[in-house]
Amino acid sequence: MAFQLSINGETRSVDADDDTPLLWAIRDNLNLTGTKFGCGVAACGACTVLIDGVPTRSCVTTIDSVEGEVTTIEAVSGPVADAVQTAWRDLDVAQCGYCQSGQIIQAIGLLTETPKPTDDDIDAAMAGNVCRCATYMRIRAAIHAAAASLEA
Amino acid sequence: MNDIAPKTADLHLSRRGFLAGSAAAAGALVIGFDGSGALAKADAAQSDATLTVNPFVSISPDGIVTVVIKHFEMGQGTTTGLATLVAEELDADWEQVEAVYAPADDTKYANLLLGAQGTGGSTAIANSYEQYRKAGAAARALIVEAAAKSWRVDAAEISIEKGVLSAGTRSGTFDAFVPLALGLTPPEEPRLKDPSEFRLTGDPTLRRKDGRAKTDGSALFALDIRRENMVRAVIARPPKVGATLSSLDDGEAKAVRGVLAVIETPRGVAVVAESTWAAIKGRDALSIEWDETDAETRSTEAIIAEHKAALDAPGVAARNDGDADAALADAARTVEAEFVFPYLAHAPMEPLNCVIAYDGQSAQVWDGCQFPALAKPTIAAILGLEPEKVSIETVLAGGSFGRRATPTSDYHAEAAMVVKALSETELKGRPVQLVWTREDDLTGRYYRPLYVQRVTAGIDAEGAPLAYRHKLAGQSILIGTFFEEMLVKDGIDSTSVEGANDLPYAIPNMRVDVRNMRSEAPVLWWRAVGHTHTAYSTELMLDMMAEAAGADPVDYRMKLLGDHPRHAGVLKLAAEKAGWGEPVGPGRGRGVALHKSFNSYVALVAEVTATEGVVKIDRVVCAVDCGRVINPDIVVAQMEGGIGYGIGAAMRNEITLTDGEVDQRNFPDYEPLRITDMPKIEVHIVASDEAPTGVGEPGTPPAAPALANAIFAATGQRIFELPMTKAGVSFA
Repeated sequence: MAFQLSINGETRSVDADDDTPLLWAIRDNLNLTGTKFGCGVAACGACTVLIDGVPTRSCVTTIDSVEGEVTTIEAVSGPVADAVQTAWRDLDVAQCGYCQSGQIIQAIGLLTETPKPTDDDIDAAMAGNVCRCATYMRIRAAIHAAAASLEA
Repeated sequence: MNDIAPKTADLHLSRRGFLAGSAAAAGALVIGFDGSGALAKADAAQSDATLTVNPFVSISPDGIVTVVIKHFEMGQGTTTGLATLVAEELDADWEQVEAVYAPADDTKYANLLLGAQGTGGSTAIANSYEQYRKAGAAARALIVEAAAKSWRVDAAEISIEKGVLSAGTRSGTFDAFVPLALGLTPPEEPRLKDPSEFRLTGDPTLRRKDGRAKTDGSALFALDIRRENMVRAVIARPPKVGATLSSLDDGEAKAVRGVLAVIETPRGVAVVAESTWAAIKGRDALSIEWDETDAETRSTEAIIAEHKAALDAPGVAARNDGDADAALADAARTVEAEFVFPYLAHAPMEPLNCVIAYDGQSAQVWDGCQFPALAKPTIAAILGLEPEKVSIETVLAGGSFGRRATPTSDYHAEAAMVVKALSETELKGRPVQLVWTREDDLTGRYYRPLYVQRVTAGIDAEGAPLAYRHKLAGQSILIGTFFEEMLVKDGIDSTSVEGANDLPYAIPNMRVDVRNMRSEAPVLWWRAVGHTHTAYSTELMLDMMAEAAGADPVDYRMKLLGDHPRHAGVLKLAAEKAGWGEPVGPGRGRGVALHKSFNSYVALVAEVTATEGVVKIDRVVCAVDCGRVINPDIVVAQMEGGIGYGIGAAMRNEITLTDGEVDQRNFPDYEPLRITDMPKIEVHIVASDEAPTGVGEPGTPPAAPALANAIFAATGQRIFELPMTKAGVSFA
């Protein structure tokens, strides 16, 4: 059936079964490929998108349950997103880069809620996002750098 | 549906701010090496045929320098490193340099250390260092010669800095001289810079070329390829290796909306659908019975028991100095340990996948292709094509750690089998994206082989080592593959014993021998290959020998490294930087490990805190000697990542089998290293003028033994069986 999805500032119609994960609607129906498939069971965070500003695992969110505005990596914007993406580039966080859309979305969610996170805050917020390249030290440093730039 | 990946080779890897315009414009000056290795030049405007001189470097009419990267990028930084080598010799501005990936062509883009096009063994920079510098230097010579003619000055009067040529009061950028340079012949042996002239090489502030695309969602991986009318395929594979299809009921699967076809392939039952989700749902709805008559049905316990028993039988000697058995009998003291290493999955973040479009005459492949030299003929053979009718567009790979390079090109073959089957149906001509799920990835074999090893060492009354006896039993990665003839000598697969048979420590009597265990299930190189287990057994044994001798672990090693100054150099540096010898405080411990792999030397000192049996990894200090460093920040990143990969697996990862079936299905069963586990890692690079060597893998081998030795220092527990959780260690 057809679902109306508010995504990245537009309303898009998606023709899919109601049990279709939002992830696959985004990737296959809307061809927004920045949101990644990693595990399908909400264990890695590669599929994270914002729904009304809250980081959400799109691989276990069925399309019929989506209420609110979906924002994917392609459309993140504003001072927090800018600060996070800039810090990620300045510190060259990414290696293979496959998980980083999800990491960045998760970090934007963290800094929106907690503008000056401690290491423990970062660990708690980011523990669900796997990076097999183990870029975690730089993720932590980039979040601190983004927080500092937002405060300045 | 529009194709949204019309030009995947142009990854928009650099900012266009430096110069406006497109690198793809006709008339680009193209410089490279022809098949014989000689420098050649072609005018790209003439024809495509001229471009087959295989350019590494081109300069567009608007001055954009495009570097063709012959290796794939899985995160290791090769794109940036190879582009740096060209930009350095060309004296280009970093912002005017773009990178694209080479097509599959062994004759032009071979890895000079492997003899065919492919990435592995941490060889990308090592084999390309001279080649890419020469390519950049040749480009520089042409631009300078053109400027000299244009300005009527001697070429020697011209200097270039950040893409700007100058001579006296005159100055200009590359674009001004491209038209004139088209008619010039590049020098066969262009002058290379003396390292003292390097400006970009060694610059820690140089950013990666792929950093922007990997932070805004635009980076294209194979799973992101979209082609018009593309279908998705997933495959239901037999859960036990060697099982075959007995019966199939696909009625419910075909009733799933979006499922287009269910086809039997030699690898399993493929479900083809309009969307990935429909394919997955369709597969879930299949009813399959497998014939397990010839299947591998052993459980892990039985496999380990067979390996242990094999250690008592003679092995094939990979090193035999003096008489280790006799010397052991004379030793004042002996220490012995038996190690068990589990199967390990690579689990790259991007599950395996590729896209093949086949029109009956030729095939176009999109893949994060680690070994085009294998993938291309494999796909061609299945489709019944000449290899030159298969072209591969290499896109970014979401990690690999070895998994994307199999001797059988397993996932490429699967995709080709599906495409071949569809070509005889009404779905013919539709591009196919083969997708592995995480469950497919973890249960899909090609693991790091399971190993059992027994090491016995003897020391004299003063504690000096007399004898060292190392027995290994494990499945060879190469025996039984087409690599066997090339790389296995006298029953020794070097990837089985590397790191053990080249132990650097001065021990007069040493024997290393291996027993090649057999299984139908294929095994594979996993980031650092044999070193992943031999570094552990050797470096735990060195600690145990030091303990038996009543010596400090660093001092003990150092005394045995007389002939190995680079080993000694990193060990000394890591120990100094870690404050080795200073008190660590109650409940805490420090452990060291030293290992050479892929011609690079890495020493680690790990520090842990053990609180009521729960271990927290606080810090790892790393010293690395990888020869000349192209990009120091990428070296640091590879050490951080390599160490993380090693400790994550050592802490809690194993693949186990019950009656031949894999027990782990998704990340919750194969819990990856997370940010909460990640210690602080400090990396110190040894300054060196030696040739550059690998960095993608060498950080991994010493990580687990350094951690184990630190846990021993904190708790008194030696861990001989991995993962550590199996030995009862808990981690905070």
